[in-house]
Amino acid sequence: MAYYQNIFTAVQVRPREPEHGIPVAVDNRIGKPFNSYLFGLMGNSQVGPIYGGYLFTLSLTCGLIAFEIIGLNMLASVNWDPIQFVRQLPWLALEPPLPKYGLKVLPPLNEGGWWLIAGFFLTASILLWWVRMYRRAKALGLGSHTAWAFAAAIWLYLVLGFIRPLMMGSWSEAVPFGIFPHLDWTAAFSLRYGNLFYNPFHMLSITFLYGSTLLFAMHGATILATSRYGAEREIDQIVDRGTATERAALFWRWTMGFNATMESIHRWAWWFAVLTTITGGIGILLTGTVVDNWYLWAVKHGVAPSYPQVFGPITDPLSAPGGTP
Amino acid sequence: MKTLLLVAAAVVAAFLTIAQFGTAGWTRPPILAQQHGFRGTGMDQIQTKAGAAALKAANVAPAPAEPVEQGTDKAGAVYQNVQVLKDVSVEEFNRLMASMTEWVAPEQGCTYCHNTENMADDSLYQKKVARRMIQMVQHINTSWKEKHVGEAGVNCYTCHRGQPVPKNIWFENPGPNYKTAFTPRNNGQNMASATVGLSSLPYDVMTEYFGKKDIDNNVIRVNATTALPETKGKPIQAAEKTFGLMIHMSSALGVNCTYCHNTRAISDWSQSTPQRTLAWHAIRMVRDLNGDYIEPLTATFPANRLGPTGDAPKLNCATCHNGQNKPLAGAHVVETYPELTQVTAEAGAAPAKDGEMPAPAPAPSPPPQ
Repeated sequence: MAYYQNIFTAVQVRPREPEHGIPVAVDNRIGKPFNSYLFGLMGNSQVGPIYGGYLFTLSLTCGLIAFEIIGLNMLASVNWDPIQFVRQLPWLALEPPLPKYGLKVLPPLNEGGWWLIAGFFLTASILLWWVRMYRRAKALGLGSHTAWAFAAAIWLYLVLGFIRPLMMGSWSEAVPFGIFPHLDWTAAFSLRYGNLFYNPFHMLSITFLYGSTLLFAMHGATILATSRYGAEREIDQIVDRGTATERAALFWRWTMGFNATMESIHRWAWWFAVLTTITGGIGILLTGTVVDNWYLWAVKHGVAPSYPQVFGPITDPLSAPGGTP
Repeated sequence: MKTLLLVAAAVVAAFLTIAQFGTAGWTRPPILAQQHGFRGTGMDQIQTKAGAAALKAANVAPAPAEPVEQGTDKAGAVYQNVQVLKDVSVEEFNRLMASMTEWVAPEQGCTYCHNTENMADDSLYQKKVARRMIQMVQHINTSWKEKHVGEAGVNCYTCHRGQPVPKNIWFENPGPNYKTAFTPRNNGQNMASATVGLSSLPYDVMTEYFGKKDIDNNVIRVNATTALPETKGKPIQAAEKTFGLMIHMSSALGVNCTYCHNTRAISDWSQSTPQRTLAWHAIRMVRDLNGDYIEPLTATFPANRLGPTGDAPKLNCATCHNGQNKPLAGAHVVETYPELTQVTAEAGAAPAKDGEMPAPAPAPSPPPQ
């Protein structure tokens, strides 16, 4: 008798007739379902059908347009050389407009105009996908937890690329589309605003991010460890506690003094994940708009400690009389 | 199917492992860590022991030439067309010439700069450049002694290392010049430039910060000086340029950020190390040298020595430092060459042009105090 040993399920369920799920009023399912060994290693081996519909089509189209604009701009920046495109891809980017254009809606295309257009289509694609997610959940009679969790991520995305640039009065404050460029942007952002680690909302965001991974590990471990007692039916056990829940609860009470419940652990995890981007977005939104130097802000509010001076007093050469100009 | 996937996964894993070991940039223990600030601030200099030893071995100052008896004859009286070192004794003069050959052109020899038929002849551009470079070395060892180079001083070898053209030089980088109808603006960045440590940061920061002498002293500073926004701050793009410059300084000196800064408050001088003050002056020194000594030689250099925009090869931190926090491990390289530690001709004396008779050299000015 096989049972769940680890994250890779030892058993792949392959029904003779692929599962089609419940009938819904408006049905736009597309594709012929099939079974895949590879997918079965990670989850259900059945692939498809996927739900189509106009939101799906519109969202994919907008996403494709944005993807193409970004990709073609990158390709143009290496003189349409496919080899250089592959070689330099991690460095290439589509940059936002220069500061001199402010919030101008369409600067020249090669000076940030394409960035605005790509941003518009990417945002449209993401928002349409959100609506689709919400409507699919409703169609299945589910709660909208997934959609709101996705909305929390969209909030951070919008703050970085839209809301904060609006408040700063310049598109140039937004993030470039590019692999290394957006990472260098992030480092420069922290350097420009006097160390983001002193931003309390950044602190909260990191707490929730690392907290999410901790909760995920604890919960995953607990369920796997008690699956032999039926813990895979954890949702049932919210209201109908069985020996798996009892043992899991007892384990945590023994080891750390208290325990979550089969329901609360999921709420904890959901809120931790969602608050990561909500607090992160608030932190970004405050940066530059209401706080210009987080280190000085932290000193002002007694957050940053002071250390003894190791070297003699070091002064700004520009402020010293007779200093080299 | 299952077997095939297993084989495919194993092959991919093997290739990734090989690729990892094959790529450069791996370091292995033992590590040499040196505390450089108050405990808990993470201000440490990290090197590998092997890397530190290799760096030390690659940066050994050459032994100074044997000392010579001081004669009474001056070089300017004995030789023709001596403009900068005319008040140096003939013996010292010849000793310096021999040393310069060792420092700059050990393979090419005297003929790299001199027409051996007539040593006074200025027809080779190398000779005119070398004359100006002697003045530059004198300028560094006097005007920048207190602020940057200290007792160690510099000589030709500090930069040249036995090469006619120093290894670390830079030209203006105008970026790619593609002749297509649509040229996307890359914002002067996103190019994997070695100048900025192969990051995607702006690649022409040398021109921006080291090319011009008279630029705003606050141009590198991007941090706000108040907690809350009171004036319009600098854009992210300015911070990226500063970041690029700092990456250059870091790699040129083989140190990390905390060699100069307490990185929790990068801009705060009171928490910085004394090295930051030295580096601050060094930035001014590099601008001064590029502006007063290198740029004016642009017309003297032949076209093949010039950069893509026709500019002269210029210097930056790496030109002298070559990956060490002190060039040549801080060796005192001018102690036995007193003629290089004082200005022996007016600093502004321009090199003579082709075919022109050299102007009479002005009287030597006393070394600045």
